[in-house]
Amino acid sequence: MSKTTADTTTDTTPDRAAEDQDLSAAGSQLSTAPVEGPPNLPSLGVIGWLRWFWRQLTSMRVALLLLLLLALGAIPGSLIPQSGVDATKVSDFRDKNPTLGDIYDKLGLFHVYSSVWFSAIYILLFVSLIGCIVPRTWQFVGQLRSRPPGAPKRLTRLPAYTTWRTEAEPEQVREAALALLKKRRFRAHLTGDAVAAEKGYLREIGNLAFHIALIVMLVAFAWGQLFKSEGNKLVVEGDGFSNTLISYDDFKSGNLFSTDDLTPFSFTLDNFTGTYETSGPNKGTPRTYQATLDYSEGAYGKEKKTLVKVNHPLEIGDSKVYLTAHGYAPVMTVRDGKGKVVYSDAVPLLPLDSNVTSSGVVKVLDGYKNAKGVSEQLGFQAFFLPTYTKGNEVASTFPALLNPVLNLQAYHGDLGVNSGIPQSVYQLDKSHMKQFKNSTGGDLRENLKPGETMKLPNGAGSITYEATKEWANFQVTQQPGSGWALGGALTAIFGLAGSLFIQRRRVWVRATPSADGVTVVEMAGLGRSESAKVPEELGDLAGILYDRAPGAPDPDDGPTEPSEPTDHAEPPQAPEPAEPSISPDPVATAEGAENQ
Amino acid sequence: MTLAAATDLAAAANENLANISNTLIYSSMAVYTLAFFAYIAEWLLGSRSKVGRTAAALTSKTQAKAPAVTVKNAGGTAVLERPQVVVRSAAGTRDVPDGPGAHGGDEQGDLYGRIAISLTVLAFLVEFGGVLTRALSVERAPWGNMYEFNITFSTVAVGVYLTLLALKKNVRWLGLFLITTVLLDLGLAVTVLYTASDQLVPALHSYWLYIHVSTAIFCGAVFYVGAVSTILYLFRDSYENKLATGGTPGKFANSVLDRLPAAASLDKFSYRVNAAVFPLWTFTIIAGAIWAGDAWGRYWGWDPKETWSFITWVAYACYLHARATAGWKGRKAAYLALIAFGCWLFNYYGVNIFVSGKHSYAGV
Ligand code: HEM
Repeated sequence: MSKTTADTTTDTTPDRAAEDQDLSAAGSQLSTAPVEGPPNLPSLGVIGWLRWFWRQLTSMRVALLLLLLLALGAIPGSLIPQSGVDATKVSDFRDKNPTLGDIYDKLGLFHVYSSVWFSAIYILLFVSLIGCIVPRTWQFVGQLRSRPPGAPKRLTRLPAYTTWRTEAEPEQVREAALALLKKRRFRAHLTGDAVAAEKGYLREIGNLAFHIALIVMLVAFAWGQLFKSEGNKLVVEGDGFSNTLISYDDFKSGNLFSTDDLTPFSFTLDNFTGTYETSGPNKGTPRTYQATLDYSEGAYGKEKKTLVKVNHPLEIGDSKVYLTAHGYAPVMTVRDGKGKVVYSDAVPLLPLDSNVTSSGVVKVLDGYKNAKGVSEQLGFQAFFLPTYTKGNEVASTFPALLNPVLNLQAYHGDLGVNSGIPQSVYQLDKSHMKQFKNSTGGDLRENLKPGETMKLPNGAGSITYEATKEWANFQVTQQPGSGWALGGALTAIFGLAGSLFIQRRRVWVRATPSADGVTVVEMAGLGRSESAKVPEELGDLAGILYDRAPGAPDPDDGPTEPSEPTDHAEPPQAPEPAEPSISPDPVATAEGAENQ
Repeated sequence: MTLAAATDLAAAANENLANISNTLIYSSMAVYTLAFFAYIAEWLLGSRSKVGRTAAALTSKTQAKAPAVTVKNAGGTAVLERPQVVVRSAAGTRDVPDGPGAHGGDEQGDLYGRIAISLTVLAFLVEFGGVLTRALSVERAPWGNMYEFNITFSTVAVGVYLTLLALKKNVRWLGLFLITTVLLDLGLAVTVLYTASDQLVPALHSYWLYIHVSTAIFCGAVFYVGAVSTILYLFRDSYENKLATGGTPGKFANSVLDRLPAAASLDKFSYRVNAAVFPLWTFTIIAGAIWAGDAWGRYWGWDPKETWSFITWVAYACYLHARATAGWKGRKAAYLALIAFGCWLFNYYGVNIFVSGKHSYAGV
């Protein structure tokens, strides 16, 4: 570009300058991209500064810079542990690198995607985007309402050009050209001695739709974050769940969420099924992993059966119920010295590894009296191996229930649950508990198989491992706005395809009488970007028009067409003689000016 | 026959297929190696065009004044029946003819080039067979671990190249560069990344696997083709710059770069290729988000893999924007395209190997 401008400034004949202006009018408004000038200094005053700032923010250059920053800013979050993804990793990292941890904390690097600076980048980008789209849309509407600019004086200077001489009358040629272009779905009209036509507006529509869709996606995503909720519930086979806040084990929600928003439904876990690879390098990897639920929608809905699997959540309204984890819940019965049952329940244990080695506790809070008849509390530390292999006492060797063994240790005393400090149901506070001893004076600790009982010493009672149930953990999420996000995403893809695959281009056909009585037809094409398609299409159009206005014999004084396809031929000279007699096309300049 | 015996039999059949697959992959590597040598022969025997077209185009005095015009036939063979379209490049762009290709007009070079392409076709078929038998042996799409990604990836990249050739696009110059990296890719696959064929973890049991992973691999292969031509564009562009400013390029540049297409053609080719797959890459990410929504309970969680596909996407968007922004066209945009492909590569190798996340199926 710079080269031509330099050229024109060195030989500034008025002719040449006018011609360049004429040409740029022909190419003007071929897209709605903002016009770029050098970043000149603002005029004085607050308004001047604001206007300058706004113009910078909405320029392509700054949009590009912000996009680059967005990409760069996203990187640290993928390399540094994020509290939103894995909080334990973050605290591990902090423990290992205290100083670095502090610095990261200050910079928000443990929650990059909600940090101030990352938000600043994308908010600026989207402000820039809106500031870019609005004027572009108006401009595009203006372009649709006006007509394609008229033909520039010298069509030879356009990227694709062809010409021939015909006996047909100029009017006939122009009419034929107009009909042909309209038939090819060009927006065409007659201006002066030429037909001006344009096609490919879908490119602009696609591009605008794509950028607008990006905004829709962002808004939908933000909306979803504000109103979303996410809760977890561990359910043992046979137990039920109803979707109310108090039913959850833990619950998170967005800032604007209210409990009334919870979709009413309930379900019972009928059965969990897990099967696992039995051999090979991936031994123990789950193969089937599914839960059968009986669920009902609303408060009194009809009960229905469904299967929830890893890729198949249960969808009810805005809510989705995911199966996220599973484990075992041994059924245990505790009796006092007199044989009275004081506790009997399935106790969910938490998995420690991929072979579901699990641990947990049983707490007998009330109803138990010891051998002396005094009320006491009991606690059991449980350790469970679904597949016990001799010689491997501390870890299960397979995730399925092949040879389950439950290891128990028993405590008595005060569980400390009334002290007011919240306690985990999976941990035992042993500060006021004493461990039962066995006959040799060591700690009482036994491995039980299903059906077996461990006796507590001195008539203190017993605990029986009856059977094993399975439990499943369900995550219930509710995220409004995902429909909008999906709609935005689809629009973005189609808009993008339209924007990248469709070429916006103009075609001009000029027909003028020449000195020797025949008509000179000139055709030229111009695309938004240089493309092989434009000359191809022009060739097609010219071929058809040529059939309707066949060639006349060449005059002897000069070749109309370059006869040999050489690599570096001079531009054809033929149209030149015809030109001077025609006045500069007033329509072209007027149109160009109107659109600016 | 008992159930156990039946499963054993099936397992044995699968093991057989897996072995056939391995043999086919090794055979394809052997054939690719032959193709590699044939390409080398094409470059060695082929000579730089006798006329030195690039130099001629860039140094002749008349050229600088009047931008060149190339004449093309439009509308088929009936030259005399139809008017010819005169094509003129935009003002300010260098007008340089494309190089003659690796063979440089040398007959023997051309012969070796053709042999190389035939061998590439053969190797492609063999490798395709390897991927197919691998898929049959595991009874699923062969995209469960990095070994499988790698063998599919190179098959698709070569497939894209051969398809472009079949469509009569001017891409023969890609051959040597492509096959070299295909050999590297396969070498990594069979040594470092090899994983015995096996079933998938439940999270991968979904038709989204077919949609999301197949488009991801395809996009990668096409981005790769785009990146190769971008690199060649950068070399060729500095070569042309040197000639245009009166410098004398080195012997190597003169011999190799002169035979490549013009910088403008390479640039346009890489733009086309990148722009063409960008919507598909957008789709890949969105499909991944939908799948993540079903599998993990959230559409987007900034998992490292997700983050890096987003970064890759933004980087390619930067590239497309740069081309529409004054002052960023040409070399600067090309650097952005390479950075974007670097992000893709890191997402593929780097994230799988160095960063742990939910997408831990790499099998390494
Ligand atoms: C959210 C971030 C954005 C993304 C991901 C994005 C992406 C894209 C893509 C992929 C294209 C297609 C390129 C082409 O047609 O060749 C494009 C074109 C365009 N974008 Fe953006 N864009 C973003 C923000 C912006 C902003 C803030 C502006 C305003 C300054 C802008 C202005 C444009 C314009 C004017 C075009 C058309 C260029 C032309 O006519 O060739 N974009 N954008």
